[in-house]
Amino acid sequence: MNDVTQTCPLTRGQVMAMYFLEHRARLLDLAAFLDRLDRTCGQESADFREQALYQAIHLLSDGQPHRTARILALLSDCTDELPQSAEGMKGALGAVPLTTGDSE
Amino acid sequence: MKYIDPHIHMVSRTTDDYQRMALAGCVAVTEPAFWAGFDRSSAQGFFDYFRQLTEYEPRRAAQAGIQHFTWLCINPKEADDPAFARDVIALIPEFLKCDTVLGIGEIGLNKNTRNEQIILEEQIALAETHNQLVLVHTPHLEDKRKGTRLIMDALQASNIDPGRILIDHVEEHTVGEVLDRGFWAGMTLYPDTKMTPQRAADVIEMYGSERIWMNSAGDWGCSDPLAVPKAQQEMRRRGHSNELIDQVTYSNPQKFLSQSPRFHIAKS
Repeated sequence: MNDVTQTCPLTRGQVMAMYFLEHRARLLDLAAFLDRLDRTCGQESADFREQALYQAIHLLSDGQPHRTARILALLSDCTDELPQSAEGMKGALGAVPLTTGDSE
Repeated sequence: MKYIDPHIHMVSRTTDDYQRMALAGCVAVTEPAFWAGFDRSSAQGFFDYFRQLTEYEPRRAAQAGIQHFTWLCINPKEADDPAFARDVIALIPEFLKCDTVLGIGEIGLNKNTRNEQIILEEQIALAETHNQLVLVHTPHLEDKRKGTRLIMDALQASNIDPGRILIDHVEEHTVGEVLDRGFWAGMTLYPDTKMTPQRAADVIEMYGSERIWMNSAGDWGCSDPLAVPKAQQEMRRRGHSNELIDQVTYSNPQKFLSQSPRFHIAKS
């Protein structure tokens, strides 16, 4: 991945002032979503999307660049198989079981 | 500030949207043929759709002072039945003679199937035979990276210059490879999926402003026909120059699209 150091024209303080509140709100939305999952009824276990989400959250705080690209890669199909037809297939779900995604 | 929205499905939008886009600075749109939200039952349905794109929609856009151009194809979502898709492809050459048709699009893959791939290759051949520009749809969400690579491999197996092909719906995990392989890249600004105006501005900062554009891809789903001027505003508030903003929202689309002799912006 390319070196993106100092490509944003704003200072750290300017970015924080401009974007902190909207991302604070999104962080709280994410926390509330996870709380909601914890409060669900029934006996279903976590599916692959929930597992992928927690994996992605680890990437957020690893201090490395290109978090967005790495999270998108984690959520991507990395298999080589091509089915003949889409007959009976569901629409895109936004994540894959962790054995087929990666963090390239 | 004037702009071009080079990918928007105006057949799904209201006349109010044309008026609001004109007020926001839109001077031209290009509309790729796409999935209508349901599968059409016959090739005749596509014949009517192609007439709507080439005859009716340019007139409706003109009422708001916006120029309307189009792209024709069978979209990847309905291309999974090769026999049906070939009936639709057979209609296209006659429509390529229309004054506002810029090329073949949006072709690509949806669920990365062999059937979709066969029809993608046949439509690439159609573009090559008729010397047309190509606008490419890349798959959604988890299917995007794999599909984008498959599509680029198929395109590079043809003799079409990558500089005459735009790969659309790029995100952070695909944009670098698209540009490195010589294609143009399109960023689609959607509220929930694909790219926000903020992320699009980030990509411009990280990957540069050459061979890249932004579009709303506004359609019948959750989308925003004013997404491009909102991205202009996002870049403006970060302090980017009007020259850079103009490049990615007007000059770059004009440069790519002008490779078709049919595309020209009327002087106001």
